[in-house]
Amino acid sequence: MAQAGRALPQPTPETQHFWDGTKANELLLQRCDDCAKVYFPPRPFCPVCASRKVSVTKASGRAKLFSYVIHHRAVPGFTPPYAIAVVELAEGPRMMTNIVDCEQTAEALVLDMPVEVVFQPQDDAITLPLFRPAKG
Amino acid sequence: MPHNTVAVVGAAETTKLGVIPDLSQIGLHADAAINAMADCGLKPKDIDGIATANETPVQLAHYLGITPTWIDGTSVGGCSFMIHVRHAAAAIESGLAKTILITHGESGKSRIGNPPRSVPPSSLAGQFEQPFGPMGPPSMFTIPVLRYMKTYGVTVEQIAQVCVVQREWAAKNPRATFRNPITTDDVLNSRMIAYPFRLLMCCLVTDGGGALILTSAERARDFPTKPVYILGTGESAETPMVSQMEDFTSSRAFRVAGPTAFKEAGIAHKDVDHLMIYDAFAHLPLYGLEDLGFLPKGEAAAFIAGRNTAPGGSLPLNTNGGGLSYMHSGMYGMYALQESVRQIRGVAPAQIPGAKISVCHGVGGMFAASGTIIFSNQAP
Repeated sequence: MAQAGRALPQPTPETQHFWDGTKANELLLQRCDDCAKVYFPPRPFCPVCASRKVSVTKASGRAKLFSYVIHHRAVPGFTPPYAIAVVELAEGPRMMTNIVDCEQTAEALVLDMPVEVVFQPQDDAITLPLFRPAKG
Repeated sequence: MPHNTVAVVGAAETTKLGVIPDLSQIGLHADAAINAMADCGLKPKDIDGIATANETPVQLAHYLGITPTWIDGTSVGGCSFMIHVRHAAAAIESGLAKTILITHGESGKSRIGNPPRSVPPSSLAGQFEQPFGPMGPPSMFTIPVLRYMKTYGVTVEQIAQVCVVQREWAAKNPRATFRNPITTDDVLNSRMIAYPFRLLMCCLVTDGGGALILTSAERARDFPTKPVYILGTGESAETPMVSQMEDFTSSRAFRVAGPTAFKEAGIAHKDVDHLMIYDAFAHLPLYGLEDLGFLPKGEAAAFIAGRNTAPGGSLPLNTNGGGLSYMHSGMYGMYALQESVRQIRGVAPAQIPGAKISVCHGVGGMFAASGTIIFSNQAP
């Protein structure tokens, strides 16, 4: 499904650790040291209590398929039809992604099915976190 | 904010709607503004406040020859104009301006003179959504729906009824883009855009504009038009990333803006004669009906399929045909406001007999922001 040419992120100082993480095959979230909220997307403070005391924490990579559409129009880097999905991580936060190693059909993409992260390098700087049906 | 102290006295859309190859975006703003000024007998020198979105109010003030004492450039998507109405009402009440013009124009189809639509790759959406292949609202706004459908057991056939019923309303509007009747099968057999959304479940893409002129209720009595009073207003915002909505079955921005407006208006849902809910896509009236408290969660699809919002129903909804059939330039909120004003003036093509209270609810971005305005023709 993935080809050259898809839009790639341009990390900022506040998000660089996340993209360094995916490059090292780690999915990194942040956790508030004061109120224990685990959150995404990255920012250097807690979105619940505004504490600046936050730690980077490695996610399990386990998630469930929360919702999606199957896009039928052409987008650079994608061959339609392909699913644009949101997964809910075991740790709580949700993120947009694609589901790989899976037919891009409503029959194959069942809400709440377990999925797991896979890391797909795009270039020297960027590796994207994608998800596939969980094995076992 | 005290209610019923500000009124709409001028309201108009662009002379043409649909495909307008002879006007740029700012020209559409100006065409609508001049029509609205003519509607209530004002000239640019009479306007002392201006609000607009997607262009700066500086551009419009200069282009139209207005010297403002109050400007508002709130630009948060298609509900920006509801929010302008709210801000304008507060500004008039507090004496910051006496006569405020709100303009919208958008060359959504012809794309003449529009600022480019792009997501910076360093933004959070650019980093954490764009790499996964979305292309604009049809592939983003629609993402929460499968979760909604699973949660409440709603079917795509039921959602298709939103499109069928709104086309019935559009058929009564000579200016509606699509007026021919459609069936559930027509909707379900139209081209797949982003499963489960098919073409007829997505809004139109057209050119057009609209403008409103507001002043104090006291001054409104001296205008030639029938005053449309602002009874209640609300606004809110949630997230610029649809993937980060707190609840995929409900919009937090709706749940804040709607009840705020109802509380301010001091009305109950049964008092509402006419309702507009911004329908960029067929699921939005479902979220709106439920989040504004008209129906319990999960019941809106059956309510619409039961023809309660159709012509002759108890809660007439999107009586111009909506973004699905009337027109949708990209920031549709202004057209919803125009239809509410027409209904409350009693001059809508599909007029609801005796309509006294109209609720007009808008969304901005993909569930990013929201604004709600409640209109009435009852003098304070």
